[in-house]
Amino acid sequence: MKCRKCGQPAVVALKRHNTAFCREHYLEFFYGQVDRAVKAYRMFARDDRILVAVSGGKDSLALWDVLLATGYQADGLYIDLGIAGYSERSKEKVVAFARARGAGLRVVSVREKYGLGIRELARQARRAACSVCGLHKRYFFNREAMEGGYNVVATGHNLDDEAATLLGNLLNWNTGYLARQAPLLEASAPNLVRKVKPLYRLTEKEIASYAVLRRIDYIVEECPMAVGARSILYKHLLNRLEEVSPGTKARFLFGFLEKGREAFAAGEEEVQLKACAICGQPTTADICSRCRTLRRAGVKL
Amino acid sequence: MKVVIPIPERRVHEIKGPKQVHAILKELGLVSESVIVIWGENLLTPDVTVPDEAEIEVRPAISGG
Ligand code: SF4
Ligand SMILES: [Zn+2]
Ligand SMILES: [Zn+2]
Repeated sequence: MKCRKCGQPAVVALKRHNTAFCREHYLEFFYGQVDRAVKAYRMFARDDRILVAVSGGKDSLALWDVLLATGYQADGLYIDLGIAGYSERSKEKVVAFARARGAGLRVVSVREKYGLGIRELARQARRAACSVCGLHKRYFFNREAMEGGYNVVATGHNLDDEAATLLGNLLNWNTGYLARQAPLLEASAPNLVRKVKPLYRLTEKEIASYAVLRRIDYIVEECPMAVGARSILYKHLLNRLEEVSPGTKARFLFGFLEKGREAFAAGEEEVQLKACAICGQPTTADICSRCRTLRRAGVKL
Repeated sequence: MKVVIPIPERRVHEIKGPKQVHAILKELGLVSESVIVIWGENLLTPDVTVPDEAEIEVRPAISGG
C-alpha cells in the first residue's frame, strides 16, 4: 500500500476512510482528527490549563502526547489504584513519560489515602471493583482539578470505548446514561469540573498505531480487573461488524451524537444536586456514593 | 517466522513464511481491526509480505475497563 498523500510506502491502512498513510501523513491525519473533535465541541483553548487523566495505557498517554505536541498546556494526573504489580508498572510508565517531556504530573494514591487498594475497598464494600474505581476516579478528577486550578479534565476515551458504551446503554435502555453520553460534559455544579474526550473520533487501533509511531512506551498489559468485562465483548463484536462493513463504529457513534442523543436528553428531568455532607462533591443524596462505599468498606471518614 | 502475541500471556507462534499480514492474522484467528502488527520499529499494513526469518509482534489494541 502507498500513502495517499505522497506515494511513499504506507505504515497504516485506514479501511473506514478507504485510505493509507506513511508515518508523517498519518500523524498529520491523527492531529487533524483531534483538532476536529476539540473544535466541534469547543473543548478547550490555548490558554486553558488541561489536566489529562493518565493510566499509563496507550489512549491516555497518546492523548497527553498529542496535546503537548500541538502546544496545549497539559499536565497529567495519575491515580494509583493500589493494584499489586499492575499499579507499580503502569505508574513507572507515566513517570518516565512525564520526565522525558518535562511535563507536570500529579499523583494520588488510593492506598495511601484509605489504607486499602481498590480491590480490597471493593471487596469489603461488596461492590464490583470497576464501579468503585469509577467513583474514586470521578472524585479525584474533580478534586485535583479544583486544587490545581485546571479548567478542564481530558480523558483518553476513544471511538471504541464510546461505541461499546453506547451499545451497552442501548441494550439495557439506560435512558439516563444515553442522555449524558457525549464527548463533552459541562461542569454541572460549582465544584465539578468540565470533562472532555478529545480522542472520541479515533479507534483503538488508530491510537495504538499512533503510540507506536511516536515511540510512546505504554503499558500493554491490562488492568487485571478488566478481565471478562462486558465492554471488551462489545468491542470484539463491533470489530467483527467493522471488518465486514468498515465505518460501522463511526456511523453508530457519530449518528447517535448527531441524531439520537438529544431525544434522550429532552426526556430527562433536571436533577437537584447538593453537596455531599462528607466530601462536598455534588450528589443527589445527602452523602455521595463514593463516601457511602468507603463507609461500607470500614474506612473512617 | 516468529509471531509474538504479548498479552494476556506472552505466546510465540511459528508460522511458515513468506506470508502476507492479513493471511497471518487469519491463520491466528485474529481480526485486523483489533490488533496492530509491529516489525522492529515499523508498523505493517495487511498487504505486506513478511519473510520467513522475521520476528513480528501482533499486539492487541482492545482494552477494557
Ligand atoms: S479495569 Fe476496572 S479497576 Fe481497572 S482501571 Fe478500569 S475501571 Fe478501574
Ligand atoms: Zn505520505
Ligand atoms: Zn462524598
